Amino acid sequence: MPMVTGRNERWRLLAAHAFLWALIALTVFPLLAIISISLRPGNFATGSLIPEQISFEHWKLALGMSYQAADGSLVQPPFPVLRWLWNSVKIAAISAFLIVAISTTAAYAFARLKFRFKSGILNSMLLLQMFPAVLGLVAIYAIFETIGSYVPAIGIETHTGLVLAYLGGVATHIWTIRGYYDTIPVEIEECAKVDGATHWQAFRYVLLPMAVPILVVVFVLAFVGGIIEYPIASVLLRQEHNLTLAVGSQYYLYQQKYLWGDFAAAAVLSGLPITLVFLAAQRWIVSGLTAGGVKG
Amino acid sequence: MAPKRKGHWLKWPVAAATAVACLWLVFNIYATGQAVWAVGALVLFAVGFFVYFANVAFPYRYLFPGLAGMAIFVLFPMLFTMQIGFTNYSSANLLTQERAAAYLLEQMAPGEGEPYAFTLHAEGTGYRIIVAPKQDEEPDAAKAAELQKQTFVTPPLALISPRPPGVIVMLPLAEGSFQPNDPLPLAEVLKRRKVLSELQLKLPDGKVLSYAGVREFGVLEPVWKRNDDGSLTLLKTGQVAKPNPQSGFFEFEGGEKIQPGYKVGIGWGNYARMVNDPEFRGPFFTIFLWTVGFAGLTVLFTLIVGCTLAVLLNWEALPGRTVYRTLLFLPYAVPGFISILVFKGLFNQNFGEINAILDALFGIRPAWFADPFLAKTMILIVNTWLGYPYIMVLCTGLIKAIPSDLYEASAIAGAGPLTNFFRITAPLIIKPLTPLLISSFAFNFNNFVLIWLLTGGRPDFLNTRVPAGTTDILVSYTYRIAFQDSGQNFGLAAAISTVIFFLVALLSMANLRLAKVQADPAK
Repeated sequence: MPMVTGRNERWRLLAAHAFLWALIALTVFPLLAIISISLRPGNFATGSLIPEQISFEHWKLALGMSYQAADGSLVQPPFPVLRWLWNSVKIAAISAFLIVAISTTAAYAFARLKFRFKSGILNSMLLLQMFPAVLGLVAIYAIFETIGSYVPAIGIETHTGLVLAYLGGVATHIWTIRGYYDTIPVEIEECAKVDGATHWQAFRYVLLPMAVPILVVVFVLAFVGGIIEYPIASVLLRQEHNLTLAVGSQYYLYQQKYLWGDFAAAAVLSGLPITLVFLAAQRWIVSGLTAGGVKG
Repeated sequence: MAPKRKGHWLKWPVAAATAVACLWLVFNIYATGQAVWAVGALVLFAVGFFVYFANVAFPYRYLFPGLAGMAIFVLFPMLFTMQIGFTNYSSANLLTQERAAAYLLEQMAPGEGEPYAFTLHAEGTGYRIIVAPKQDEEPDAAKAAELQKQTFVTPPLALISPRPPGVIVMLPLAEGSFQPNDPLPLAEVLKRRKVLSELQLKLPDGKVLSYAGVREFGVLEPVWKRNDDGSLTLLKTGQVAKPNPQSGFFEFEGGEKIQPGYKVGIGWGNYARMVNDPEFRGPFFTIFLWTVGFAGLTVLFTLIVGCTLAVLLNWEALPGRTVYRTLLFLPYAVPGFISILVFKGLFNQNFGEINAILDALFGIRPAWFADPFLAKTMILIVNTWLGYPYIMVLCTGLIKAIPSDLYEASAIAGAGPLTNFFRITAPLIIKPLTPLLISSFAFNFNNFVLIWLLTGGRPDFLNTRVPAGTTDILVSYTYRIAFQDSGQNFGLAAAISTVIFFLVALLSMANLRLAKVQADPAK
C-alpha cells in the first residue's frame, strides 16, 4: 500500500465516488426498472418508473394463477413459467452433475496418468470447444432424430436428449479441473498407493476430497451454462410445456403479442434465484473464471 | 493388493447383457438400412468395451465418457456439417436419391381401367364397402355368377376423417361371412364423401382403387415406372426422366425438374456461390465486416469500462469497495437471456422506458429497432453492459498481483494516477490479458444469443435474395439460412459454418501459441 499520497486526494476520492455511483445507476437501472414494471398494472402503460399504483396481476399470472381483470373477464396465464423454470433447473442440474462426474475422471487421467496422444488430445479439445454449437445445429438435429427413431427416450423433444447433448461441452471444464489437480502434490496419492490403494481408490478417496472447491466451481458454471443455453434447446424442444426458460421467455415479446408486464414478472421470478445462486458462489466462480471460461 | 469388493461376480453377466443390448441396437439400425450409422454405433460400443476390459487401455477408462461425449456431440456434428457443406442439402433436396425415387414410384393416379361400382353398408357402429365391376345393364344369371366372383368387401371401417394412411385390403364377398344388408342411401354416402376420398382399397389381384365419384371407385395406377438404368418413365406420356447428379433432381429431356429433389454432392458449389454470386457476396461481406466490428468494439468497450473500474476498485483509499464491486458485478450474475430480453423491452420504440425517459428529457424517440445505425449502437450498449464485469474481474485479479512497491516508488517520484496507469499498470497487465481478450473476441464473434434475442438480425437489407439483416453477425445469418429462410438451405449454411470454424480455429491457435509463449518464461 502506497504510504505517500498526493495533495488532491480528497477531490479524487469524491470524483471516484461520483463516477462509480453514476455507473452503478446505469448498471442497476434495467434491473430496478424490470421490478417496477412487474408491479405496474397493464401491459402497455408507460407510467412513471416508480409505480403509483401497485398491482400483482403479472405476478399472479407468472405464478400460474388467473386473475379477474377490471372489466370482469378472467385472465389466464399466457405461459407455464414455473414449468419452464422447473424444466431448466432439472436439465441444468442433471447435466451439471454428469459433467462434473465425467470431467473429474477425465481430468484425473490428463493430470496423473501417462498415455499416448495426451497433449494432442488436450489441445484438440480446446480447438473443438471453439466450434459453436449453433453452427452444428443441423447435424445435431439429424443425430437426435436418428437416435430417437431407435431409442425414443433420448430423441427429439426429450429432456434426456438435451442433457446428452450438453455432455459434449466438457472440454473447458476438463482443463479447469486439470489445472487444479496440478496444484495438488502428487506425493499424497503415491503414499496411498504405497499403502496398497488402487488407482481408482487413490483418485476416489485421496484426490477427490481435496478437489471439492473446484468441483463446486465447475458445477455452478455448468449449471448456469445449462440454464442459459439457447441454440440447442431451441432446436431439440418445440412443444410449449417442454421448453426451457431460455427458449420460452422470448415468446412474451412478440411484435403481435407484446406482454411486457407479464414478461417482467416472469423474468424477475425466474431470474432472481439464478442470480442469487451466482452471487452466492461468486467467490469461487471468480477464481474459476480467471482459468479461462467465458459466460454468455 | 486390492481388496475384493462385493458384486465382483456380477461383472461378467452385466457386461454380457450390455454387450447383447448394444449388438441388438446395432442390428436394428442396420436392419433399417442405415449401414453408416450402424457401423458408427458398433465402433463406439466396441471402443467402449475394449477400453473397459483391456488392460492396455487403462488410462482411457477415465477418459472414455468425456471423449465419447465430445466425439458424438461436438466432433461428429462438426465433421457432418463440413460434409453437408459440399452438398445441396436443403428443404427442396431433403431425401436420398433412393427415397426420392421410391416416393415418385409410390405415386398413384386414377388410370384408364374399368371403374367399379360401390355400395356402402352399415354394420354395427362401422361401415363396409362392397365393390363390383360396373355394369351398364341388368346382368343375366350367368353374368351375375361371374360378377359375384369379382365382388369384394372391406373389413368394418370407422370412416372418421382424417384416416391414418395405409391401404385397406378387400376380400371376395363370397368367402367372407358378411351378409350384405341394404346399401345406405345416396345422402349418407354424400355425407361421408370426404373420408371416402381418403381411402385406398386393394383388391386380391393387386389393383388399388380410390374414390372416383358418388357411385364408383376407379382403378389407381402408378404414375411412374422404373427403368433398368435408374431413370423413371412417366407412364401417361412415355416421357423419360433421368437423374441429374449435378442438380439432384429427376429431369426430363428439356431440363424440367421433378419434385422432390434429392441430396447430391456439389463439390465446392456452395463456396463458389459465396465468392462469385454478387447478390450473395454483397451482404456476406457487409455482415462479415459488422461481425468483426461488433466483436472488436465489444472487446474495446468492455476493456475500457472493466479496466477503469478494476483500477478504481483497487484503490485502497476508497471506502465501500465491496459494495461497489457486488453492485457492479450484477450484470454478470443475471442470466444472459433474461437481461437481453429486458433490454429488448426497455428499448422498445413505443412502450419502452428508455424512450420514455429520452422523450421527457430531450423530446426524442429514437427508432432503436428500425434504424440500422441505432440498432447497432443499441447492440453495443447492451453487450458492453453484459460483458464489462467479466473484464473487471479479470483485471482485478491481475492488478492485485502487481507488487505495490512499484506504486510506492512512483509516488515518491511525484507521478499522478494517469502516469501510474499508463507506465506501470497497463504494461504489466496487457500481456497476460491478451489471450483472454482474444477468447473474448472469439466468443463475441459467435455471440448468437445476443443478436438473436435482441434484434433477430433485423432491420433487413431490402435488396437481397437470401434474407440478411444489417445487424446479423455470421452465425445468426447462418442460422437464418438454415432454419428461417424459406429455402432452408442447409448446404449453404454448413459451408458458411465451416468458414467460420476455420476463422475461429485460426484465432484460437494463435491464442494458444501466445499463451504458451507467456507461460514458458514463467516456469
